[in-house]
Amino acid sequence: MILNILFGVGVAFFGFVLQTTVAGVNRKVVARVQKRYGPKWYQEFLDIFKLLSKRATTHGWIFDFGVIMALGGIIGTAMFMPITSDLVAFENFDNFFIFVYLIAVGMLGMAMSASGSGNPLASIGVMRALTTMLAYEVPFMIVVITIIKLTGTSSVSGIAEFQQLAGNNWFMIALPLGGIVGVMSLMGMLGKKPFETYIAPAEIASGPMVEYGGKQLGMLFIMHEITVFIEVSLFVHLFLGGAENILLFIVKYFLVYTALNIISSVYGRFKIDQVVLFFYKWPLIMAVTQAFIAIYLGWVI
Amino acid sequence: MLSTKFTVMTKEDVDRKWWEIGDFFRRNSLWMLMYCTGCCAIELPPAMTSAYDMERLGMGPMATPRQADILLVSGYLSLKTLRRLIYTYEQMSEPKYVVGLGSCTINGGIYHDSHAVINQLNQYIPVDVYVAGCMPNTEAVMNGFVDLMGLIKTKKANGWKDYHERNEWYKANQKFALGEVKIHDEFHE
Repeated sequence: MILNILFGVGVAFFGFVLQTTVAGVNRKVVARVQKRYGPKWYQEFLDIFKLLSKRATTHGWIFDFGVIMALGGIIGTAMFMPITSDLVAFENFDNFFIFVYLIAVGMLGMAMSASGSGNPLASIGVMRALTTMLAYEVPFMIVVITIIKLTGTSSVSGIAEFQQLAGNNWFMIALPLGGIVGVMSLMGMLGKKPFETYIAPAEIASGPMVEYGGKQLGMLFIMHEITVFIEVSLFVHLFLGGAENILLFIVKYFLVYTALNIISSVYGRFKIDQVVLFFYKWPLIMAVTQAFIAIYLGWVI
Repeated sequence: MLSTKFTVMTKEDVDRKWWEIGDFFRRNSLWMLMYCTGCCAIELPPAMTSAYDMERLGMGPMATPRQADILLVSGYLSLKTLRRLIYTYEQMSEPKYVVGLGSCTINGGIYHDSHAVINQLNQYIPVDVYVAGCMPNTEAVMNGFVDLMGLIKTKKANGWKDYHERNEWYKANQKFALGEVKIHDEFHE
């Protein structure tokens, strides 16, 4: 049991290092898209350690406690994440719904902390984040439940193994409409450009993070990196057939995140009502059509 | 015979070492809050975008004073904006640095004889680096930031410590110019 927990913490740490490196490389990729030179590849590490080295103010104990709850909740979620099909910290506990439930702990911790700061812009940001969540969850859930129905298991590594055993028949290709919905929902989850409404630096001054500085902001950055790790690896396991070995996982992870960043770097920003309308229009229609085709007609490529 | 001498480090030595490590991170990741009141602000877009690309030095614009390391004051400050500038400066988390852009922050520039404009910024908040010129070239702006990194490395960017030590002097100057400086905590009242 103790070994499992240590292994789980190791997975979370691996996710942090991997995502921070990939995010640093991606800042360079986006810079090249904009014809700039770009920062060093380890710039994200410098930013996080700088923030941890600064002094910070507090706005009451809910403000501090919420940050710790957010970081702890996200590390707790990342502990269950399988890296390859065999590399799972808690065998048989890598159920998809565990991630859905546990990731909410981190999100709500951040929401509580941001509201505790008392800044109205933070409350607007939290409200927008929850509204965005409500928008992208519905089509994403329909697609994932279709996948669960087809594979007969809701274990994330089980779904990945199913795709590998079917001769690397990835669900991204087997369910083409569902794959597109998955990409769009992932962009909403990560808060990439068209759906960046709840960060919006020029509009609501970076939303939930408006009152954070110094150590609390550093902890939130670590939390954000691990959240991105969880969401992108969920996509890799559910839609891209997981990975047989750790190198393949890193390659797939890097490709997914870079592709999303390149798409996001050429877009503007939606308003919050546009985000909700968008997700409830095309992705939802596509998800329902895909579920109907795959489950009732049995047409899976 | 070779042997390594171990000397017990005092607490000051340990603190100094940690501070030097922190300084490495701080000078390689400077986030700015741009307080653009004057015309010098027009020099910042080329410094940030593909012409000079500030991000390769690890710098970038930030949205709020809590997140920022540098307060970039570009151009003249009227008495109304000075009050907001002081609020902003006191909200920033330490260590914090101030960069004054253009001759208006040094001696008033072309507005030196206006009744509504202050002349010397460093009487009200401590300034670490000045970039002279009316308006300064974009190369000069970038050079100012590199100078600030050098000052942090040699531990000379101590404006925020000076603000603690000579706080009465700064407060007296602020009161003389503005009448009353009261920091409102509007959200917790």
